[in-house]
Amino acid sequence: MRCGDFKTSYAADMTIFESGTARVMLGLFFCLLFTLPLYVPGYLLDIVNRIGIAIIGAIGLNILTGFTGQISLGNAAFMAIGAFSCGYMGTKFGLPFYICIPMAGIITAFFGMFVGIPSLRIKGLYLAMATLAAHFIVEFLVVKWESVTGGVAGLSIPAPKIGSFSFDSDAKLFFLIFVLAIMSVLFAKNLFRTKVGKAFVAIRDQAISAEVMGVNLLKYKLFSFGISSFYVGVAGALIAYQAKIISPETFPVTVAIDYLGMIIIGGLGSILGSIYGAIFITLLPELLRMATSALAGSFPELVNKLAATKELVFGLLVIIFLIFEPSGMAARWHSIKNYWKLYPFSH
Amino acid sequence: MDYTFILQLIINGLVVGSIYALVATGFVIIYKATSALNLAQGEFLMVGAYLCLNLLSKYQVPFWQAILITFLFSAILGVAIERLILRPLIGSHLISVIMVTLGLSSILKALIQLAYGTDTIPFPEVFPSAPVQIGPIPVSQGYLYAIGCVTILVVILTTFFKYSKTGVAMRATASSQQVALSMGISVKKMFAISWAIAAIVSSVGGILLGTIRGGIDMSLSFMGLKVLPVVILGGLDSILGAIIGGIIIGVLENLSGGFIDPLVGGGAKEVAPYIALILILMFKPYGLFGKKKIERV
Repeated sequence: MRCGDFKTSYAADMTIFESGTARVMLGLFFCLLFTLPLYVPGYLLDIVNRIGIAIIGAIGLNILTGFTGQISLGNAAFMAIGAFSCGYMGTKFGLPFYICIPMAGIITAFFGMFVGIPSLRIKGLYLAMATLAAHFIVEFLVVKWESVTGGVAGLSIPAPKIGSFSFDSDAKLFFLIFVLAIMSVLFAKNLFRTKVGKAFVAIRDQAISAEVMGVNLLKYKLFSFGISSFYVGVAGALIAYQAKIISPETFPVTVAIDYLGMIIIGGLGSILGSIYGAIFITLLPELLRMATSALAGSFPELVNKLAATKELVFGLLVIIFLIFEPSGMAARWHSIKNYWKLYPFSH
Repeated sequence: MDYTFILQLIINGLVVGSIYALVATGFVIIYKATSALNLAQGEFLMVGAYLCLNLLSKYQVPFWQAILITFLFSAILGVAIERLILRPLIGSHLISVIMVTLGLSSILKALIQLAYGTDTIPFPEVFPSAPVQIGPIPVSQGYLYAIGCVTILVVILTTFFKYSKTGVAMRATASSQQVALSMGISVKKMFAISWAIAAIVSSVGGILLGTIRGGIDMSLSFMGLKVLPVVILGGLDSILGAIIGGIIIGVLENLSGGFIDPLVGGGAKEVAPYIALILILMFKPYGLFGKKKIERV
């Protein structure tokens, strides 16, 4: 009987899946996931797609904020840059999506690195304010630069196409989004087994010691901004394809706060946590909508107050998690799992 | 160039700027005493404004009593937030403190929205609105009253921090918590008092804004974000800086609204303070009056 985790090699410590069972379960999960469009109706599939996009965005933000410790409130602006650059390339130059999406990611990555340059000099709350300011400046530019972004009217984006196959329905987009989401998770998971990822964590834990140990702070902070923004830009591009019409109002500052909420509720510095958080925060308004429509018979005024109720629940959840479970759902899940795995002889 | 137009813009800027200064003062008091960044400052302002409005128009309370009740409620709100939400997070990572105040701002905003909806509600006229002629330009009396109120409040706060026992204790806490503790100062109490003062000061800002604009709505909460350029300009830990920064940012905002907006078709007024914020962070990150922190290993 097991009574603890006793690893005897670094390889065992670094492995992504601890046991064969986990691999089998994951295989089953993928089978279930990729047959989802067969039996899930359109509206629910739309939510599932949004979850997939949120996973990519939340992992991106977690790389920067959770793993490298650089607070960014400019997430929504990065997302807008990804969405609009993807939309511009798609509509003006007629580029196919498999070029637009990575290009959107790269453009956003360069923008993110540009915003990240001051991060060597300013840190903590100053960086948070600088990224917030960047958000408002980008919002202003998006509204004003009408030749590229379409201004307040927005930009309508054609469905992504490969050859004669068009991803024009939620079911088809599902495969595009989830293939990208799985690639994102795999890349991020492996990133933190490499030197670069470990340098990020070292910067978060103690920047000065990291520098003494030979981590070039500026280089790795910029790396972190770049990789994180790439993810967020890809998420933005996918939002553009999914929403079909994007305008400056698609990316308000509350989107950035929602994403921060995802990684806090899910777990800062945890890939799995980003996934949990993305699922949870995306489902939250839908669950509330279901609850309110169920109660609409007795409280008809509730339906109009859905947005405010969502805000209220979101704020409460963030505060409760920060006070009682600062490591998020990922840590809670881990401790529950360990308790049962080692039951009854855990120590 | 139209001379009175510039003067008009500057006066508008001074009025708005003095309200920014008030809210920024609350922000700085909290930051100095507890080193927490309060991103819910704008919501304090909004709650104060809505409460005062409710007392005035719904319950027909006389103005002075309404203000006193608003102050009392704001103080209780500030202390409760410090006790319930911020105290468990003492010593935790900066992102937790930032996020908890963002969560708080969602809650306060949602509560106001649930109670009053999103429409603009007219604010009863408190100050006479007939304009007064100052030199060549007419100035609304409400503006003068607003500037007067802010000045009085700043004088009260300065005297409080300089001479009263609590004020001195708060300054001691801000400069070193450990020394303050060993001198018999209750740091917890000082934290609570600073949140209460910040909430009261912001509610004054809310009431003044309500009377100047003639109505209040959810957009009041954006004041909390407008305050960030102000405190960065003035220096995060300087009350004098917050006041001067507030006025500068208010004037800057109105001037860019008057001169740049017609060129680009609107929007410059809103974004100018944030461009200023980035520039200040690049060239003078500790602001005009902020204390320079040097990190040593």
